[in-house]
Amino acid sequence: MQTLLRKKASQAGTKALDFKTWGPFLALIALMVLGTALNTSFLSEGNIANILTRCAFIGIIAIGATFVITAGGIDLSVGAMAAVISGVMIILMNALMTVFDSASLIIACGIAASLVLGLLAGAVNGLVTTRGKIEAFIVTLGTMGIFRSLVTYFADGGTLSLDFSIRGAYRPFYYGEVLGIPVPVLVFAVVALAGWVILNRTAFGRHCRAIGSNEAVARYSAVQVNRVKTLTYIVQGLCVSLATIIYVPRLGSASSSTGVLWELEAIAAVIIGGTVLKGGSGRIGGTVIGAIMLTMIGNILNLTDLISNYLNGAVQGVIIIVAVWLQRGGWKNKG
Amino acid sequence: MKLTGKLLGLAAAAAMSFAGSAVAADKIKIGVSIPSATHGWAGGLNYHANVAVDRMEELYPNIDMILVTAADASAQANDLEDLVSVHNIDALVILPFESEPLTDPVRMVKQSGAFVTVVDRGLSQEGIEDLYVAGNNPELGRVSAEFMKEKLGGKGDIVVLRGIPTVIDEERVDAFMAGIEGTDIKVLDMKHANWNRDDGFEVMQDFLSRFPKIDAVWAQDDDIAIGVIEAVKQAGREDELFILGGAGMKDIIKRVMDGDRLVPADVLYPPAMIATAIELTTLNYVSNAPVTGRFILGAPLVTPENAENYYFPDSPF
Repeated sequence: MQTLLRKKASQAGTKALDFKTWGPFLALIALMVLGTALNTSFLSEGNIANILTRCAFIGIIAIGATFVITAGGIDLSVGAMAAVISGVMIILMNALMTVFDSASLIIACGIAASLVLGLLAGAVNGLVTTRGKIEAFIVTLGTMGIFRSLVTYFADGGTLSLDFSIRGAYRPFYYGEVLGIPVPVLVFAVVALAGWVILNRTAFGRHCRAIGSNEAVARYSAVQVNRVKTLTYIVQGLCVSLATIIYVPRLGSASSSTGVLWELEAIAAVIIGGTVLKGGSGRIGGTVIGAIMLTMIGNILNLTDLISNYLNGAVQGVIIIVAVWLQRGGWKNKG
Repeated sequence: MKLTGKLLGLAAAAAMSFAGSAVAADKIKIGVSIPSATHGWAGGLNYHANVAVDRMEELYPNIDMILVTAADASAQANDLEDLVSVHNIDALVILPFESEPLTDPVRMVKQSGAFVTVVDRGLSQEGIEDLYVAGNNPELGRVSAEFMKEKLGGKGDIVVLRGIPTVIDEERVDAFMAGIEGTDIKVLDMKHANWNRDDGFEVMQDFLSRFPKIDAVWAQDDDIAIGVIEAVKQAGREDELFILGGAGMKDIIKRVMDGDRLVPADVLYPPAMIATAIELTTLNYVSNAPVTGRFILGAPLVTPENAENYYFPDSPF
């Protein structure tokens, strides 16, 4: 009897595990079927390219968030961070026009500045959390406010715009294609692949999971908890800066409304993908699918006029909850 | 009992000394309460409010202005309480976040004896404000519809990008729809783009993949228009359509001025209306010019011929 029970339990375990891996993928397929049913142009090459390109920003940021959340942390500042880094990049590149003649040199400086800023911002979040022993939620809520006000201040309440002479040279970073694949999709794919390798095949990734499951045990197992946690925020910062590098050439502008609520979308993408909010296990593949799904919901709603515009948020909410419910397999054990 | 009495006495004394100091300063205090810069137009609003406040204070040394910005309606209601109880304002210039929730807080300010100027969004009850300064949302919709009719020759397929779901958006869209009624202009679909560039870009991308033929885009707002322009360029469909925005953002006015085929015109809805309100309210204290009543700005059509008059390269909007 006992063995039977154990056997049953282990079977249920493997089944649930499968569902955790494939759940997000199935939900994505279901969403695609829905999209096609509502409008056949959903599957057109142009629309698919639009969706993938569009989800690259949230997707890249969500890859970083997967690390932070796996290690038991949270970063609420990413949207505001993206806005302030975009703003500083634009100010810097406009100012450098008087120094350099070559547009590519100016763009290289802008990109370098973005990476440095992302690294610094991540380090601040990480160090204040670990050394200052303050909850990540509070620290990043604080930096979110700081970053958001800074970009408003830099823009004088308005919009910062990249000079047109640089914009032309910078455009290919968003609108360009390599072998028929849009650049943002390519960057997203590379970041996702690198993220997968780091999370699943390196000591750092293992340490992230260990800290997320039980910080005390990880500390006793000689994991340098503070260092690893700080590093996750730095990874997040770098992901944000990569996202801004491809965001700025899209519209060539940044304002206080840039990146509003990106933090919640990134966190939602991570959770839809099967990573647990309280940490301990992370799924990069799931995060990628989560990001695509979130973008796809908005796209499908734009392709149909069946649903009142005022209900867009409600539809989004229902789909997110159902997706996570399917993936957790909550429908299998009744009561 | 005795203690309470003492405390009350203390409080009364404190209040009196407070009032006394306000009189001693002998300055007219004008509170200005506006939404913070959450989108491009509000950014321009903040810029013009700051400029107007500085200009008025410099021009009239006996005027003291307190500018506060709020992120939402309830924060703005709190601001109003502070302006009355802490700053003891003589006049209030307010651009309400939303009409309904701020009607009562503004009435409280009025009851404290202050002169009240309401800007852009009217309160839900009449007779509270002394002065009402506003752009004309239905007029913006009507002028936009007129231009569409003329440019399209009364016939064509258009898409509409709406703003944030509010009264302002409703008024503009209703007037626009009334304006094109009876013509052969067909609205393929309307979606909210929240007066935001990124949303404008994404909604337009989806319209472009959904509809093979679009003759014109009514973006209603210049931030949305900027996103629409990029999406149309990306799809390489610049030659099949034109875009009409609204507000008077410098980038768009510049395009109109340069004769951009994609953006042949713009309809004005200037954020500088806050400066009009601040200056008129100040006039109430420094001159004997009567300023109470309603001051409704026009929504003129900006074309390549007159664009120069509306181009302000130094404004952030």
